[in-house]
Amino acid sequence: MARTSSSKENAQALFHSLRSAYAATPVNLKIIDLYVGFAAFTALIQVVYMASVGSFPFNSFLSGVLSCVGTAVLAVCLRIQVNKENKEFKDLPPERAFADFVLCNLVLHLVIMNFLG
Amino acid sequence: MSNSSTSDLLKPFKLKTKQQELLIRVSILCLVYILAFITRLFSVLRYESMIHEFDPYFNYRTTLYLTQHGFYDFWNWFDYESWYPLGRIVGGTLYPGLMVTAALIYRLLHFLRFAVHIREVCVLTAPFFASNTTLVAYFFGKEIWDSGAGLVAAILIAVCPGYISRSVAGSYDNEGVAIFALLFTFYLFVKAVNKGSLAWGLASAFGYFYMVSAWGGYVFIINLIPLYVLVLLITGRYSMRLYVAYNCMYILGMLLAMQIRFVGFQHVQSGEHMAAMGVFFLMQVFYFLDWVKHMLSDTKLFQEFLSITVTCAVAAGGIALGVGVASGYISPWTGRFYSLLDPTYAKDHIPIIASVSEHQPTAWSSFMFDFHILLFLFPAGLYFCFKRLSDATIFIVMYGLTSMYFAGVMVRLILVATPAVCLISAIAVSATVKNLTVLLRSKNKVAQIGSTKGTSSAKASSKASLDQSQPFQKNGAMALLFGAFYLLSRYATHCTWVTSEAYSSPSIVLAARGAHGNRVIFDDYREAYFWLRQNTPPDAKVMSWWDYGYQITAMGNRTVIVDNNTWNNTHIATVGRAMSSYEDEAYEIIRSLDVDYVLVVFGGVTGYSSDDINKFLWMVRIGGGVFPVIKEPDYLVNGEYRVDKGAAPKMLNCLMYKLSYYRFGEMMTEYGKPPGYDRARGVEIGNKDIKLEHLEEAFTTSNWIVRIYKVKPPNNRW
Repeated sequence: MARTSSSKENAQALFHSLRSAYAATPVNLKIIDLYVGFAAFTALIQVVYMASVGSFPFNSFLSGVLSCVGTAVLAVCLRIQVNKENKEFKDLPPERAFADFVLCNLVLHLVIMNFLG
Repeated sequence: MSNSSTSDLLKPFKLKTKQQELLIRVSILCLVYILAFITRLFSVLRYESMIHEFDPYFNYRTTLYLTQHGFYDFWNWFDYESWYPLGRIVGGTLYPGLMVTAALIYRLLHFLRFAVHIREVCVLTAPFFASNTTLVAYFFGKEIWDSGAGLVAAILIAVCPGYISRSVAGSYDNEGVAIFALLFTFYLFVKAVNKGSLAWGLASAFGYFYMVSAWGGYVFIINLIPLYVLVLLITGRYSMRLYVAYNCMYILGMLLAMQIRFVGFQHVQSGEHMAAMGVFFLMQVFYFLDWVKHMLSDTKLFQEFLSITVTCAVAAGGIALGVGVASGYISPWTGRFYSLLDPTYAKDHIPIIASVSEHQPTAWSSFMFDFHILLFLFPAGLYFCFKRLSDATIFIVMYGLTSMYFAGVMVRLILVATPAVCLISAIAVSATVKNLTVLLRSKNKVAQIGSTKGTSSAKASSKASLDQSQPFQKNGAMALLFGAFYLLSRYATHCTWVTSEAYSSPSIVLAARGAHGNRVIFDDYREAYFWLRQNTPPDAKVMSWWDYGYQITAMGNRTVIVDNNTWNNTHIATVGRAMSSYEDEAYEIIRSLDVDYVLVVFGGVTGYSSDDINKFLWMVRIGGGVFPVIKEPDYLVNGEYRVDKGAAPKMLNCLMYKLSYYRFGEMMTEYGKPPGYDRARGVEIGNKDIKLEHLEEAFTTSNWIVRIYKVKPPNNRW
């Protein structure tokens, strides 16, 4: 009894501390996190749809899922580079990080459009 | 007056040290670039500008098709002239990188109004890319260690025989371009990890795309880089830069690679590519945990969160992998790559892979022949790398060790190990020479400091002791430097000798020394193929062993039954069965395949040892692997393979024997030996009175190396 209540308390404490720590992050990083969540959610919807109707044509499914996963991953990379707390990237101007992000996304979507079939 | 004029002359050359250094570096790189190109031109100077060996002829034929018909027709080409009657989907079963590269260079030269023939471009593509590889090696060495190591790496790889063997002028094969792509991809990836920039990650993805389009050995990259990431994660050297570099390269590289039809969906379905995907997911979990740990201040809560997440992730990953492998969705490792992990696999299960001479394990002499002094500079370089560990040196150490293991398993893979060995040896040479020259120059500095310091007795005595030990140190350093330069000069001499003697032969034109020391050229292969081209109907079908298929279609322009692609084992086994059967059974198989001409290669008159009789046992084994009616012991006597009087009766009457030795019984090949003396086997043949019933001799080349027989139509029925 005591153990389950203590684990429940632990889970609640974990949840609260995570929430409070996350609330402290700057707004621009939260926007990027929202974008990552949206992309991951879209990928999940596509996987569920594929599981229900079958995977033909496979290249279309792959290009759809990989475009979501790819843009999510690139957004996470952008977030890493823009985050002020990362010492390694402190002399990288955020405009350069964003330009790299746009360029990589451009290449990603060009390849996706070729692969959609 | 004269003083001012000489100083006026020298004034434009008065350069600062940095500019002098830049001038020296650029001039060294230019010389190395030219050297790498011209050292590969031996066969062009000795014979002529032609394509060598077997596989390059297929590449040449496809490049010719590409330049004549354009990219769309090339990408959708169905070739009905090979593998009759099956045909071959060329567009979907080749790696287009090499052909597209050569076609682009050809178009560029034509745009600049240089009217070169596509064959010249094909012949010189490999040396051109070898020169580019030296430049990439310089930048890579600069990234790992410093610019001195880069220069030494460039010069070592320019002449290293391990690389020259597959990139001489005329060797128009995938490896010539692929090694450039391999080193370029690795350089861009290491640069991306060092800088943590998305742009360099994108560049490495493009480099990987070029590698995938050029060679099947790209599997090495897609397994080495995840292994490297794993090692960095385990040793605690992970950083945000690693995350950015690997993720950008993996996602974009995988997507780009799937555009090549031959590769298709292998990146998500094949067992060989699963390591990259596993490391990708591992990284997401790892960095997510790292982020949560950074946000939480309480470590106890984090431990709980960590344990929950890790168990969930490991369980999910294990279940996914298990389901994938068990259901067969994730295909297991293919035979070609599985035989690298288990070298005995191919001999028991896939005779075609085992029969290729390049796939045999490497002997020590091959290592010494191909690497020379680099062989003992490699461990020295490893020592220096371990002394100064960084992300880049860990990468080169892993590349060196894994590629050396694979080079030990298969001779052909010495080529993949060569750039790593050259880079690591360059580090050893550069660090040693640097230390020695510092010793040489330090004596003057210490003496100066000693003289300007105070005059206390202790300092004076120490200065005296230093001065006493200095001369020995300086002499020792001079001696070691001379030794190092002597070794390097021996290396250069050895490499040039090896290139000239061993790796510059076209294989399609044979040369030998005559009785008076003059050079005798045997051009029989091309003689036979041009006879085929000019004297047979255009839709004639030629049956031969698969080695010669590409050359027959490229030069003879006739349809073949099997060729070097070896994609259909049963078809090759059918041809093997026909060659090993008696003439009547073979005639039935020949008629069922619509064959008009049969081509065999025979070395008994010239002593040429790579002929069909020496390859015959492989035909028996491959044929017997599919048709149990062919049994290898039938052709051997007491386990021994003989062609003289004591040979097995099935051997003396099979089709291959008859076609090789037809009319050979009357031939005098060597003074003092009986007629019918086979110079390649060194025996007198057993069956001299050969009569052919269903085939007739159409053409035999001037030195009897290639023999072509016409298939007679069936007899008229009454």
